[in-house]
Amino acid sequence: MNESTEQRRLASSDVEQNQEPEKGIVADMIVRGMKVAPVWLLFSWLIWGIDGVASSAYGLGLIFANFIAAAAFLTWAGRISTAALMFAALGGFIVRLGVLTLAVVAASKISVFAPVPLGITIIVSHLGLLVWETRYVSLSLAYPGLGPAHITQTNHKETK
Amino acid sequence: MIDLLAQADTAVDGLKAVGAGLGYGLAAIGPGVGIGLVVGNAITAMARQPESAGMVRTTMFLGIAFTEALALIGFVVFILLNFA
Repeated sequence: MNESTEQRRLASSDVEQNQEPEKGIVADMIVRGMKVAPVWLLFSWLIWGIDGVASSAYGLGLIFANFIAAAAFLTWAGRISTAALMFAALGGFIVRLGVLTLAVVAASKISVFAPVPLGITIIVSHLGLLVWETRYVSLSLAYPGLGPAHITQTNHKETK
Repeated sequence: MIDLLAQADTAVDGLKAVGAGLGYGLAAIGPGVGIGLVVGNAITAMARQPESAGMVRTTMFLGIAFTEALALIGFVVFILLNFA
């Protein structure tokens, strides 16, 4: 494969990746969430004890699973058509809310279930991860050169 | 008298459950409309400028997630009313 063909292949794969940005966004959010999770669990343990840690961990798991499911469903639908994307966004919203409700109702039978830390974890982690990611996405859309070092270096190598 | 108090207690529990369910349902309506608007406008933008579909979908995904946060707040209120 000569150099120009290789460059075209890399460019086309780059375009394909840009056409499905949900995976990258969610992967970033999960990585950041995993970094912050120990601190949040320690905070929960100090305030609410063992029940709080278990419920907070469950809440974090629910939020991660919710983001992954949303991204997977939208990516899958985006490959089909824009109508499927609309269906996936609205249908996925209802389905994910239903699954979240069932998951929490099922967990409420467990003895270590604590609703207050669970609720606080759900809201704080969802909004916190979103704001964190939005800050990065806003920067990178407006100033693409400000992306994380490893991405910028990879793109630089590819264009060489 | 004790019977009346027991009945009132049961009625309060029942009303709490009804309130939690109604609150959760009502809290999900707004985000449903919001997500419809976000995705509808994103699809319009992608149809007008297919070359910017990646950027539009990034913004759309974050918009959906932010809108969904409203429903999650209703969900947390449901949890607190039912289980706290």
